Amino acid sequence: MAQELWWASPSFWRKTAIWVTGFSFVVLIFLTFDTVKQITAGSPRVPAYSVINQRIDYVFDEKRNFQVPVVGPEEPLFGQKLSEAEAATLVNHGKLTTQAKNCMNCHTLLGNGSYYAPDLTKSWLDPSWGSKEVREQSMVEFLMDPTDKLHNAVGRRMPNLGITEAEARATVAFLKWMASIDTNGFPANFKPIDQADAPEPATAEPVADAAPVQQ
Amino acid sequence: MSALGILSNANLNGGQKLAVKYFSVAVALFGAQVLFGLLAGIQYLNPDFLFGILDFSVNRMLHINAMVVWLLFGFIGSVYWLLEDESGVPVVGLWLGNLIFWIFTLAVVVVVLVYLLIQVGPGELKSIWLINEGREYIEAPRWADIGIVVCVLAFFYNVAATFAKGRFTGVGGVLVLDLIALAGLYLAGMWYTPNISMDQHWWWWVIHLWVEATWEVLVGCLMAYGLIKTMGVRRKIVETWLYIEVALMFGSGILGLGHHYFWIGTPEYWFTIGGFFSALEPIPLVAMVVHAVFDAGHHKLKSTNNPALAWIIAQAFGNFFGAGVWGFMHTLPQINLYTHGTQWTASHGHLAFFGAYATMVIAFLYIAIQRWRGGVYMSGNLVGAWKWKWAIFLLHLGMITMVMGLLIAGYEQSQIERAIGGSDWVAYFTAQAHRWFVQGMFWRQVGGWLFAAGFVLLAWDLMTIGKRETRPALQHPAAETGA
Ligand code: HEC
Ligand code: HEM
Ligand code: HEM
Ligand SMILES: [Fe+2]
Repeated sequence: MAQELWWASPSFWRKTAIWVTGFSFVVLIFLTFDTVKQITAGSPRVPAYSVINQRIDYVFDEKRNFQVPVVGPEEPLFGQKLSEAEAATLVNHGKLTTQAKNCMNCHTLLGNGSYYAPDLTKSWLDPSWGSKEVREQSMVEFLMDPTDKLHNAVGRRMPNLGITEAEARATVAFLKWMASIDTNGFPANFKPIDQADAPEPATAEPVADAAPVQQ
Repeated sequence: MSALGILSNANLNGGQKLAVKYFSVAVALFGAQVLFGLLAGIQYLNPDFLFGILDFSVNRMLHINAMVVWLLFGFIGSVYWLLEDESGVPVVGLWLGNLIFWIFTLAVVVVVLVYLLIQVGPGELKSIWLINEGREYIEAPRWADIGIVVCVLAFFYNVAATFAKGRFTGVGGVLVLDLIALAGLYLAGMWYTPNISMDQHWWWWVIHLWVEATWEVLVGCLMAYGLIKTMGVRRKIVETWLYIEVALMFGSGILGLGHHYFWIGTPEYWFTIGGFFSALEPIPLVAMVVHAVFDAGHHKLKSTNNPALAWIIAQAFGNFFGAGVWGFMHTLPQINLYTHGTQWTASHGHLAFFGAYATMVIAFLYIAIQRWRGGVYMSGNLVGAWKWKWAIFLLHLGMITMVMGLLIAGYEQSQIERAIGGSDWVAYFTAQAHRWFVQGMFWRQVGGWLFAAGFVLLAWDLMTIGKRETRPALQHPAAETGA
């Protein structure tokens, strides 16, 4: 025992393991408190659910050097302005629907889930919905009966999951709210649907309308 | 002791009798995993296959849930296997262990039937309680979550109380502390929230802190025991290595959690913390390879159980490549921005889960079958050795083919869909229709069939290996307890 090298002894490494683990864990807990605060709904990174009363865009931010969600003028979902509590109830119903129907075993949300169908982080802003006037209704109709609406060359369809109209509307609310989360620029290079108001000419450069739109 | 080569429970101690029950269910669920993986893979090539009957989401959920449960059953079995050897006393609450085994198995059957027959529910909390939670890997409904927690607590009690009554070896001590963390983390995944950022934040606590911290340490303990058993490596060496691995794994893996906090709404400081610490995670995995290979070389590959040793070496390399290399390749935020949520991730997920965890459980299946047949010979020139050799070869060939197909598809996707296309609906399908992607999916399926063939051979081998052997197992002088 006497000539044992200290750095090759079990007791040295046992103590090291305990200290390293304890230290890392304490740092993680400390960071978790801050992170949880920053991702609670109603914070700058994760807006309150009533954000669905407003236009949500995704524009390039020069300072941060990636695209960020921008909350625009009032544009209530389904033309109905909701209180904070009503909005929360609606988004909650949508989130429950995504879980009960297992969307994440085909799609990714915030990039997590399955890879069989498109990422839904910004599906609210997807140009394929056509125009912003028909978007809400198209989304509801698609979710309720997607099987005969094929949009791709590989023949991959979304099945009918028995989604009711109330669930579909709630899911759209959830998707709209999710599009407002600050995801540090993921997905990159996404070109959102044109949401400019009808009389204005559509701006090609999203950067250009970023500033005036900010409340 | 009954005759050599005959399967008999008389060859096993109490904990081991329970272990082989867990192992049997584990192998059956491994088979289910392969089956549903194949179905899901076919749907990539032919989307109309079982459309509206067993949709991709159902097959995939069964595929990954079967994986989580068979690996957990394999781990629980492995711990019960070594428990009496390590502690030197009989398992304290064996009757409880047996009861829990049946409850756990029954619950798994019910959950699977509900997944298959009911599949989805209305968008209400009720569905989450009774049908599925819709959260990857931990889809099990809330009632089953609670059941799992109860089962794991009973298991933990058995392990801790048995060690406390007998002797607490270094392996035992690490194991008990690790199990506390493993079980505690599961609680982080049991709560509902409408906030998807919060949801994913805690979900990763379960997924990441399981596979990149607590499961790694658990297999470290199993590896330690396996090396002592198959080669008679000295305990002091093995335990010193185990402490080193714990220090390095927890030191990098706990804060490495941050590599999942780049894009889910969490603050920007995770770029630095997650990128830095997760980049260090391969280091303990290198240490494990060095450890296993050094010991194997030191003992001139002379082992009492060749198939088990082969799978232990496969574990060391599989862990290093699947988790260490494949993980490192997409862990920096600058790369992950484009690979996040593509087939790249699936490539890594397959190689890591198979390489690090499936391999270790399979090694224990071989250790178990040897003793179950009365300590039969399993070294060189084993009768019918072609089966285990072809099984390990086919499983690896199939896995590597799948992983390479997925990797190429993932590269293509990260360029065409993510970087150029901007990840919208059209960009997604442009990438899915690309020739390189389609070829990748084709080769994944070819690999899947090879893997399935390897699985059938493995199952057959486990049922027959040693049956026609008449020689007793080799003994290694240094081992503390005989086989
Ligand atoms: C069985 C797999 C599957 C499940 C489950 C599934 N989807 Fe889909 N989804 C698809 C496929 C495939 C497409 C692409 C359809 C097409 O291109 O025609 C799609 C398309 C979509 C789109 C349009 C894509 C985009 O980029 O905007 C939305 C929105 C969507 N799904 C939402 C959902 C929601 C919400 C759920 C859960 C309630 C869900 N999906 C469940 C397979 C699935
Ligand atoms: C045995 C250990 C490991 C296993 C079993 C494992 C498994 C997985 C799985 C299954 C996923 C996908 C999760 C999902 O469905 O979203 C994943 C993601 C990831 N893993 Fe690992 N992993 C391991 C170790 C590592 C290591 C050591 C690293 C880094 C050095 C790493 C880096 C990553 C990253 C960056 C992602 C996120 C991928 C994305 O953004 O989509 N992993 N891992
Ligand atoms: C017959 C062999 C197999 C086939 C055909 C297969 C097929 C698949 C398919 C199609 C998916 C869905 C991927 C997606 O969302 O696009 C998947 C996911 C997954 N499979 Fe397999 N699989 C097989 C074997 C295995 C094995 C042996 C393991 C591990 C032990 C494994 C672990 C996983 C994991 C962890 C995921 C989730 C990956 C992620 O989300 O990133 N699979 N598999
Ligand atoms: Fe991770």
